[in-house]
Amino acid sequence: MKYFKHIILIFFVLFSATVFAENDTVQTAENQEFNIKEMIFEHIGDAYEWHLLGHTAIPLPIIVRSSNTGWHVFSAARLEHGETYNGFVFSVSENHKGKVVEINAQGEEIRPLDLSLTKNVISIFMTCAILLTIFLTMAYKYKKEPIRSRRGFLGTIEMLTMSIYEDVIKPCVGHDYKRFAPYLLTVFFFIFTSNLMGLIPFFPFGANVTGNIAVTFVLAMFTFVITNVFGNKHYWKEVFNPDVPIFLKAIPIMPLVEFLGLFTKPLALMIRLFANMMSGHMVVLVFVGLIFIFNIMMGAVTASLVSVVSVAFSIFMIALDVLISFIQAYVFTILSSIFIGMARAEHH
Amino acid sequence: MELFTPEIGLIFWMFVSFAVVFFLLAKFGFPIILKMVEKRSDFIDNSIKSAKEANERLAGIKEEAEKLLSDARVEQLRILNEAGQIRNKMVEDAKTQAKNEAVLLIEKATADIVKAKEDALAEIRGEVAVLSIEIAEKVLRQELENKTQQTDIINRLLDEMYV
Repeated sequence: MKYFKHIILIFFVLFSATVFAENDTVQTAENQEFNIKEMIFEHIGDAYEWHLLGHTAIPLPIIVRSSNTGWHVFSAARLEHGETYNGFVFSVSENHKGKVVEINAQGEEIRPLDLSLTKNVISIFMTCAILLTIFLTMAYKYKKEPIRSRRGFLGTIEMLTMSIYEDVIKPCVGHDYKRFAPYLLTVFFFIFTSNLMGLIPFFPFGANVTGNIAVTFVLAMFTFVITNVFGNKHYWKEVFNPDVPIFLKAIPIMPLVEFLGLFTKPLALMIRLFANMMSGHMVVLVFVGLIFIFNIMMGAVTASLVSVVSVAFSIFMIALDVLISFIQAYVFTILSSIFIGMARAEHH
Repeated sequence: MELFTPEIGLIFWMFVSFAVVFFLLAKFGFPIILKMVEKRSDFIDNSIKSAKEANERLAGIKEEAEKLLSDARVEQLRILNEAGQIRNKMVEDAKTQAKNEAVLLIEKATADIVKAKEDALAEIRGEVAVLSIEIAEKVLRQELENKTQQTDIINRLLDEMYV
């Protein structure tokens, strides 16, 4: 830790140097515009290839089902640079920008059923593999030797697991918390792992998985389905026949509100996680993008000065994102627990 | 607004992978881990409890040992006392017995002496009587040469006897 300051300083200097290097290429093409919006959306969006460095990227498999020609599996490399393969092409229109589309006889773009293994899908697979590896090994080891103190990595994981189990699931779900613990723990560790993996900025990490609305939608759906499938009589009575004055039920205002509440709860879960993680990525990207904006607007010297500030802020933001990664996973779990607990509660 | 429209493909893969992970972890992962952690906690609790009990028992044993020791000491004292008393009593008894015996012996000896004396006296008396009778015979034999004198003496004797 004694040399920590020096390391940071060296890091700054090196980073500034790379900025200078990039400046040259940008400056030679004077009219080349840096589009920060595009850059950010490219980074936080999904992709058919995994960007490594510079112009190298790993093409990922595209799996599509056309309503005319059936299933197609091929590499994304076949569609690079606007090429067409079996009638499929990367769209450039406003509607499906960057997505695989099929051009039909009339020259219209039709979106096929797209089950491609995109960057986010691969990242999800990796998260799953990591979770399975960690917890199945852990279960195996614990089963083999239950009476043993756990140190190191397993000890940390156990501490996390038990703190979620004892401090979140137990008090929030209520009497039959043991039944829902596996789901809630899976959700927690899935989100937490995905969040952390999203923060590591190089291959094979850095995909914005939990900042993608499809992912949070599925997670929220799981909570929604579990909450409503396991909701008891009391819960449904509260929804359709709540304890309110009769005039609020004659014209069913309250039941309507309560019924809408069923959907707003998972919706809030979905939006919260999505927005938090996406904005975290976005802020870091904006700080980095600032360097290039200044470079174009005011030249290399200002940009290199700005880069120091930007990198400092980026580091701060990423550090904050580590905290947010935990908090958002924690909040999702705690809210899911509370929703399940509310649906399972007996008369109060 | 591409950002806010969920992709079907991603939803599909996310659903499949999360469902698989959830299934596997719910079946082979978390329940086992939680159970084993609970088992370990129980084990630790029990160990602490039994250690405490053992300590208590040890303290109890020590106390008991001390109590036993002190009891033994008291008992020892008591036994010693008793032994002393018994000894004293025995000595006393022996003394009284000896005394009694001595008294008896002395009494017996005295009685014997008395008896012997009486016997001796009786013998002497007998001897004396025989002697006196013989003497008297001899005297009488001399004196009773005549009949009158005989009758006188007889009468006198008879008088003496009856009076």
